[in-house]
Amino acid sequence: MSETTLGGIAGRMPKFIRRADPAVLTAFACIVLLLFLGSLYSRSFLSPEYLLQQLKVASFLGVIATGMMLVILLGQIDLSVPWSVAAGAMMACAAAAYGPLGVALAIPFGIFCGVLIGIVNGIGVAYLRIPSMIITLATNAVAQGLMVVYTGGFSPQDSATGAMRYLATGFAIPGVPNAVIIWALIGAAMVFVLTRTGFGRTVYGIGNRERAAYLSGIDTRRVVMIAFAVSGGLSAFGGVLLAGYASKAAQSMGDAYLLPSIAAVVLGGTSILGGRGSYLGTVAGVILITLLQSILSVMQMPEAGRQIIYGVVIVAMLLLYGRAPASR
Amino acid sequence: MKDWRYWLAEQRGTLLALGIFIVMFIIYTSNHPAGFTANVVQTAANKGVLLAFVAMAQTLVVITAGIDLSVGMIFLLTNCLASWLVVGTPMQTTLGVIAVLAVGLLCGAVNGAIVIYGRLQPIVATIATGAVYYGIGLLLRPFPGGSVNEDLADAMTGRVFDVVPASLVVLFAIVLLIWVPFSRSVLGRAAYAAGSSETAAYMSGVPIRRGKFAAYTLAGLLAAIGGLFLTFFTYTGDAAYASGNAYTLFSIAAVVLGGVSLFGGKGSAIGAIFGALAFRTIGDLLFVFDFDPLWQPLFQGVILLIAVSLGAFALFRVRNRLEWFL
Repeated sequence: MSETTLGGIAGRMPKFIRRADPAVLTAFACIVLLLFLGSLYSRSFLSPEYLLQQLKVASFLGVIATGMMLVILLGQIDLSVPWSVAAGAMMACAAAAYGPLGVALAIPFGIFCGVLIGIVNGIGVAYLRIPSMIITLATNAVAQGLMVVYTGGFSPQDSATGAMRYLATGFAIPGVPNAVIIWALIGAAMVFVLTRTGFGRTVYGIGNRERAAYLSGIDTRRVVMIAFAVSGGLSAFGGVLLAGYASKAAQSMGDAYLLPSIAAVVLGGTSILGGRGSYLGTVAGVILITLLQSILSVMQMPEAGRQIIYGVVIVAMLLLYGRAPASR
Repeated sequence: MKDWRYWLAEQRGTLLALGIFIVMFIIYTSNHPAGFTANVVQTAANKGVLLAFVAMAQTLVVITAGIDLSVGMIFLLTNCLASWLVVGTPMQTTLGVIAVLAVGLLCGAVNGAIVIYGRLQPIVATIATGAVYYGIGLLLRPFPGGSVNEDLADAMTGRVFDVVPASLVVLFAIVLLIWVPFSRSVLGRAAYAAGSSETAAYMSGVPIRRGKFAAYTLAGLLAAIGGLFLTFFTYTGDAAYASGNAYTLFSIAAVVLGGVSLFGGKGSAIGAIFGALAFRTIGDLLFVFDFDPLWQPLFQGVILLIAVSLGAFALFRVRNRLEWFL
């Protein structure tokens, strides 16, 4: 598809550029532009330390956006991210209060809670055929209610375990933060699943037309449910990493990740209608969003201004290349 | 089919919501320490009317098979704006009210323009515009504060002839002024038709774009009326992110309880009003039964989950499994 749109202009360009999605190219071009603008503002923007720090911050969003991308590829959406993140973080910290076994199982338990939320979403979407934005909003509200009851309205006193802190802030390979390695591993696994396995091809198939996938003999409902469970688990894992980074869990820690995770996926060229998109685009989207946030906070933009710029940038980029085809 | 049976089938969702509301309200007042008094009704009405306005706004958009995740944020933005503008002499207050309503209309029109003429998905577009509206609200009121013309506020939240809550009278007037004309106009029918089957509506020459645009714009206006009322009740403006999100969420719950189909083309704002009142009453049941208020978010979440799952019963009527997949 990109060859037809770019074919005329880029006939003599190298093959890998011709084959690339214009949306992904735009996203990378925007990253370069942001870095350039940032370096005009302050010279330290291009230093390796700063870039590595940004990559580390980006990896939390990257993990969460990976799950979101899987769901968006199906043509669905997961609005339960805020409290999946918070539930993963809070439950992992809570498990750590139950002796050495609890400390050992803290991370798996946090992820398990996210998977549970995802399974409820999946049952609702796949088997009960409830629109995904509605059921995920509802499970988000239920997860919030559970957490409020659990904590008694206060921030939990339990802090993150050593393993969580090590995953988020440690250095297994000198110079490369662990969080970045984790994002790379999860990203590689996602690329493998999407491009090399039957499950991945089915995800694209369902996103294009679920009826056709169903008529081809695929158990589409099971695939949808698994995708939602994975998304919930990855959100919770993102929460676990965030709790390790901040060394404690907080109630509203997930609120700041819903819009960015959707935006990262969509800005990376994944169609919100499903069935089209590449993981490379999502990586570009995540880095783009993180750099934008970083530059706005370096410029000491207040929260209000950040929200406005965010919303405007997302609408503008979507209007550039995320539009639905003209009706009929 | 006879006329009355046809009418009954059309109004089934609304009547069901009315039934749920009446049952819940009887349970609520009979267990309330003060019983069924004008004061209890007034307090309940004032709380319920806020959600009712936001739910009406959501209904208009849902009827077109869209969704507006920014209604809660328009509600907040207009609340913050009203806490600046709706003050002073009667003349200034009137101008302030008009300005607040105009901003609501504008927010709705922006949503409509982006969704219809920009051809973006309503979910993503309204999440993004919601962030912008919230940001503007936060600019207006970084900290809770401001004031409102208290004479007007007290008149709007008081009682007419010492019996009927004034907020209910206003709600009734808004239904007569906005919902009834809209739903009977060509544009309103076009909004329904677009939600029911956009292709068929287009082929029949129905003005679907104008109908949908009118629905989104009026939704902004209704959310702004809700925001005005919030200012009348609290006397302040407050850009609280959680509160905006909660209103968006509850408006969807109210719409579903009110028998409006999330797939579009079916339901009425009157049903959504009863859905909103019922949802509020159910949420407040916890208080009259002396539960810990901490359980309220969970309780409301579970009600929402059950309400949206009820739609799944339609699956039993499906004869061809392919109809599972839209």
